[in-house]
Amino acid sequence: MLRILRDLFRYNREFAIGATLVLMIVALSVASFFSPYPTLSTYVVPPDIPPSWAYPLGTNSRGQDVFWQLSASMRNSLLFGISVAFISRIISLVVGLTSGYLGGFADRVLMSINDTFVVMPLFPILMLFFFLMHDNMSWPLLALAMAALGWPYDARLIRSVALSLRTREFTTQSVFSGMSTPRILIEEHLPYVLPIVFATTMNNINWSIGLEVTLSVIGITNIETPTIGTMIYWANQHTAMVAGVWWWVLAPVATVVMTFIGLFLLAVSMNEYIDPRSRLARMEGSR
Amino acid sequence: MRTYGIYVLRRFGQFVLVVFIGINVAFLITHSTPIDPVEQAISSATQFGFSDPTAVEQLRQSLRELYGVEGTFWEKYIHFWTRLAVGDFGPSLSAFPTSVSALIGRALPWTIGLLTTSTLISWALGNFLGGLAGYYRENRILKAIGIVATGLQPIPSYIMSLLVLIMFGFVWPIFPISGGFQMNLSPELSFAFVRSVVEHSILPVLSLVLITIGVWFIGMRSIVSNIVTEDYVLYAELAGVDRHRILASYIMRNALAPQLTGLTLSLGAIFNGAIITEFVFGYPGVGTLLVRAVGTGDYSLVLGITSISIIAVATGVFIIDVMYPLIDPRVKLT
Repeated sequence: MLRILRDLFRYNREFAIGATLVLMIVALSVASFFSPYPTLSTYVVPPDIPPSWAYPLGTNSRGQDVFWQLSASMRNSLLFGISVAFISRIISLVVGLTSGYLGGFADRVLMSINDTFVVMPLFPILMLFFFLMHDNMSWPLLALAMAALGWPYDARLIRSVALSLRTREFTTQSVFSGMSTPRILIEEHLPYVLPIVFATTMNNINWSIGLEVTLSVIGITNIETPTIGTMIYWANQHTAMVAGVWWWVLAPVATVVMTFIGLFLLAVSMNEYIDPRSRLARMEGSR
Repeated sequence: MRTYGIYVLRRFGQFVLVVFIGINVAFLITHSTPIDPVEQAISSATQFGFSDPTAVEQLRQSLRELYGVEGTFWEKYIHFWTRLAVGDFGPSLSAFPTSVSALIGRALPWTIGLLTTSTLISWALGNFLGGLAGYYRENRILKAIGIVATGLQPIPSYIMSLLVLIMFGFVWPIFPISGGFQMNLSPELSFAFVRSVVEHSILPVLSLVLITIGVWFIGMRSIVSNIVTEDYVLYAELAGVDRHRILASYIMRNALAPQLTGLTLSLGAIFNGAIITEFVFGYPGVGTLLVRAVGTGDYSLVLGITSISIIAVATGVFIIDVMYPLIDPRVKLT
């Protein structure tokens, strides 16, 4: 395992850059536990100070230190993204594996529903939902709703792999030795699709953080919790760009762009890891 | 030709399914949440100082009739579909007494224009450059474009629009950053008006193109670099077919078919992106209308836009599906 990581780091530039970016983001998030100020309080430092030695990323118009605010926001956004990705992975695994294994009518029905969700404009639907929930909005509910909509693309991907596993001999053997369908899916087929699931997880985290940012900026999430989105929301409320407090907007935007690119590159290199031939080709090429 | 008929019929079936499931999801959301949409709308409306008790009671009464919250579940369900079928979502609360359909009808052409222009540019350019990059693998410029595309691809709509807005609104202000046309011009077919519309659409279109071009570029590059290794390409090369012709009609044409399927699959996501971009640039389309409706608590407008969006995207997918045989004639033949 370590050797694979080392090889990936040495020969795969995407993995090296992606892993470095993600490590930096994780370090920033962990730093939030050492914050000298409570993240929710305002006017703990003088407002609107540009980046300096005392305040590395400056302070905002609400009297908060942008660095520590950013750290807590990144942690919350990341945790949110991971929870959405985790829940939606379960749904897409269940749908993808079942559909691919059962085939026939069940497959056609599941995939029709799947394709419907793929082309559906999710954003207006989410807006409608949050508009109605308004005062009852909470982050777990938001995560659940987004997970319920974020699975279909990856379910199709998992299904395409499961479809090819169905005709393999070991599946036939498991059926003949009397294994139940759920057990075949979990014990025999799941290990084959896990690498793809990891790659799609990264993309799904990106997707959910992106949506979180958008919904927060519009102001229909719980804007009191510091996240990347609510940070930009408050900056917009105080017209930070017009007032010249550019560091308040730039800090979360730059950080979240780093996160997106880092996770995306990890997903790309993960796909390469899944196909060992291309990994070998790359190692030969750089020698 | 008969097989094409069957193909179109099947795609139409998918269209009906998307609309059916989408509208049902919208119905379930509005009718299964513990929140009464009428009370929600009233509390949002009274938030801004509108609180004469008799007027509120009248509002409540008319809203209850309008939203069809009376009656059994099935009555409500039928009521919902009937209203949708005739395109009547009642009057808008925030722009009373203008009807929701009129508001959406006014905004929809802007969104469709923005969406069509940016998707055409992004899809054509992304596929063209991606195809070149897959064929001429050692070209420096194409490699550099590849790195930029990889960096652009994962950035979501809001952040990209914000970056473009900061770039061309604050750092280098050369384009108008808000609205659909200049305020003092009246919408007519004059040179000044058209020019103003084009100028105002540059930044939203640019953001949308930047958001999506990476996907097409990277997808096309990987498909083409796979096709290049096929025997028939090698044969064509050995037979001395012109390289440009090999790329255009032997490779790109084959690679376009999955890319067109990809376009239909991501149309919903592209639409989401357009909504968000419109909101950032204050473009007078459906997206800005939706965000404003949410802000002012205009329930019927939110519901109307959601329903229309579902139908619009499903229609777009259907149109592209019907055009599919232009790129892949096998659909017609077999």
